[in-house]
Amino acid sequence: MPVAGLPATTAAPALSREHLLLLYRWMVTIRAIDEKMLMMQRQGRIAFFGPSAGQEAAIVGSGSVARKGDWIFPALREGGILLMRGFPIARYFGQMFGNVLDTQKGRQMPMHFSSGEHKFVSLSSPIATQLPQAVGAAWASKIRREDVVTFGYIGDGGTSENDFHSAMNFAAVGKVPCLIICQNNQWAISVPFSSQTASDGVAIKAAAYGMPGIRVDGNDVLACYQATQAAFERARAGHGPTLIELVTYRRGGHSSSDDPTRYRDESKVPPWLLVDPISRFRDWLVAGRHLTDASDAAMRAEIKNTIDDAVKEAEPAATVAVDTLFTDVYGSPPATLLAQRAEVIGDGSGKAEGAFPL
Amino acid sequence: MHERRRPRRPKSPRAPGRTTKPAARVEKPAQNEQISPKKAISERSLQKGRPPSQKTKDALTSTPAAPPGILQGPATPNPVTTTAPAPAELVAPKFPTSGPVTMVQSLVRTLHESMSADPRIVVLGEDIAKNGGVFRVTEGLFDAFGETRVIDTPLNESGIIGVAIGMAMNGLRPIAEIQFADFVYPGFDQIVSELSKMRYRSGGEFTCPVIVRMPYGGGIRGGGYHSQSPEAYFVHTAGLHVYVPSTPTDARGLLRAALAGDDPVMFLEPKRNYRTIKEELPENDGAYLPPGVARTVVEGTQCTVIAWGAMVQIASEAAALANDKGMSVEVIDLRTLVPMDVDSILASVRKTGRAVIVHEAPRTCGVGAEIAALIADGAIESLEAPILRVTGFDTPFPYALEHVYLPNADRVLAAVDKAIHF
Ligand SMILES: Cc1ncc(C[n+]2csc(CCOP(=O)(O)OP(=O)(O)O)c2C)c(N)n1
Ligand SMILES: [Mg+2]
Repeated sequence: MPVAGLPATTAAPALSREHLLLLYRWMVTIRAIDEKMLMMQRQGRIAFFGPSAGQEAAIVGSGSVARKGDWIFPALREGGILLMRGFPIARYFGQMFGNVLDTQKGRQMPMHFSSGEHKFVSLSSPIATQLPQAVGAAWASKIRREDVVTFGYIGDGGTSENDFHSAMNFAAVGKVPCLIICQNNQWAISVPFSSQTASDGVAIKAAAYGMPGIRVDGNDVLACYQATQAAFERARAGHGPTLIELVTYRRGGHSSSDDPTRYRDESKVPPWLLVDPISRFRDWLVAGRHLTDASDAAMRAEIKNTIDDAVKEAEPAATVAVDTLFTDVYGSPPATLLAQRAEVIGDGSGKAEGAFPL
Repeated sequence: MHERRRPRRPKSPRAPGRTTKPAARVEKPAQNEQISPKKAISERSLQKGRPPSQKTKDALTSTPAAPPGILQGPATPNPVTTTAPAPAELVAPKFPTSGPVTMVQSLVRTLHESMSADPRIVVLGEDIAKNGGVFRVTEGLFDAFGETRVIDTPLNESGIIGVAIGMAMNGLRPIAEIQFADFVYPGFDQIVSELSKMRYRSGGEFTCPVIVRMPYGGGIRGGGYHSQSPEAYFVHTAGLHVYVPSTPTDARGLLRAALAGDDPVMFLEPKRNYRTIKEELPENDGAYLPPGVARTVVEGTQCTVIAWGAMVQIASEAAALANDKGMSVEVIDLRTLVPMDVDSILASVRKTGRAVIVHEAPRTCGVGAEIAALIADGAIESLEAPILRVTGFDTPFPYALEHVYLPNADRVLAAVDKAIHF
């Protein structure tokens, strides 16, 4: 899929039609969820949303390499990977609503998905904190001699945090089976990549830490897949971590709270970066006779129905029980916390001690 | 139920106008002389309509009259020898210059005025330049003062604080913004190990007049990492001043106080009140609120409720509810936690015989615990009920159950009722 301004990718990976269409389906699904959620946020039905429009190739191309038992430590925009791993879409929306369908019991803002079963670790708002943890999980896999690769994600802004550098250093020193994947979408809220670092891209930072770094056209799903797959095999073979920079573009605002017209001028962005990864892949699939207008439309209609149904199921689900405020804080809660719980919900006698109405 | 009492300060007789020779100002940063703390204190006391505390009296009678902690020490331990950059051509400010304003607008205006008057002030942080800060507290500063003084930093809080420390040591007056108080922790080491201790460990030769601004607190459906109240960590760290304004007027007065002093100040802004309260601001007379002087928001006789930041409004609502039920509650807004106006707390508790402390942060080792100990130390003979706390719980900050976690007027009322009917 050559695009002006970027070196042509090497030959497309030999993937079955089924596989190719699956990648496409997930890209379209993620975009459709984006559109639905942004609309719902505007309607006040969810409090917050962080879109990933424009980054679907990077998300799907890299995330689809992970196998069932591999760990994912995501940043803000990789929620789609959880769905790709088979997480029920209604529960995904349950997280957005913070209701009983949410695996985390409504404890976090929208976008902070988590599933133990899917080895998808709860995103933590504090940027970059997940990366040293990803390296630790990978280090454990090495010690335990298990065939597991850990995927740690980070944004371009996140590469400025100390934790990114800790992770890089530990990963390389420990030679752990970890992929450090940076979705360089050119922006950290309002701060352009050029103000984030004076280095020529992210990938080059790998050299100083002593690991390979690779820079990929992040709007080309097959290139993302191929680069990730190669790094993945390398990690499995015991050769250690790779830093993968997926160069892409954040098409929308940083989040539903952001207005990008305040700080950015799209006319200055090189056109190749603004290419929509979905229409680009679609054109390629159509040209290769993997997809027709009709089959594309049918797929999109099906996806829309799935999403609408899931929202219908998730939205009316019950709110979380008040008790969940106090559970999971400790394995063995101290008496002070139990006393506070009793203040709020009573001590089992069914009557709250405290006079305060909820 | 917003607090509507507006401190009115007469124009300072020596109000600093816009300086025409910034360099001269830099060589002689005379901010300490321009505002008489003596004056500021007497106004506060008079306006509150209560007798000045002993500390206030001391401040009023002692001649050089420096409020404790903030204006003492050498005026410029780190004199600037180089010429500071001249302020850029002033661009029309993007904030209302008359009429009632919100806390955000008050802060924007005060930052703008202060930066115009003092070229040593620089602001730095994430998304503060073109974007004007995610809460718009630095709106327009980039256009007015340019990229030299309004610096969008890389995404790194220890860098922000550490760099601010170096800038301050070398003669600037950095105001760092941490986007949310919840994200201060990557910069915690620089605050707790460095910023707070630089004066002490250098034998007083280096000081760090850094202001670290951060929106804090819940009530905006921000979940675990956009809602926390970390004030206790800072109060527990020797060397840091901790200011928590609750109104637009106090935000202005306390920001000026922070700029007037030489100590590092953790400046916690209750984001929940960023746009909910509007007040007419006093003139740009340079007057500041002396730190360590609490404000009596509501006067009462039966129970003292002590609060700061966003909880002041909750406490005031509770006082009104209590009043409806025939209970008389006094509400004290501490305004600054370091220094803390212990005299005012004790005077009020001696009068009412009861104390309820309200804060958003978790209960255990919260600032409320310290206040309770101070009351026990200083006024136990006056107490007619146990000292009670209404606080967040000892859990992480929740999302869906935020309304359960956060103290509200009903919870405060219940505690007041319990204390009065003990
Ligand atoms: C430690 C910390 N500091 C600041 C923030 C506020 N914040 C949230 S997202 C963001 C920008 C992230 O940019 P990047 O890493 O490029 O990821 P992107 O949003 O582009 O996916 C910032 C500054 C935060 N969440 N955590
Ligand atoms: Mg980014």
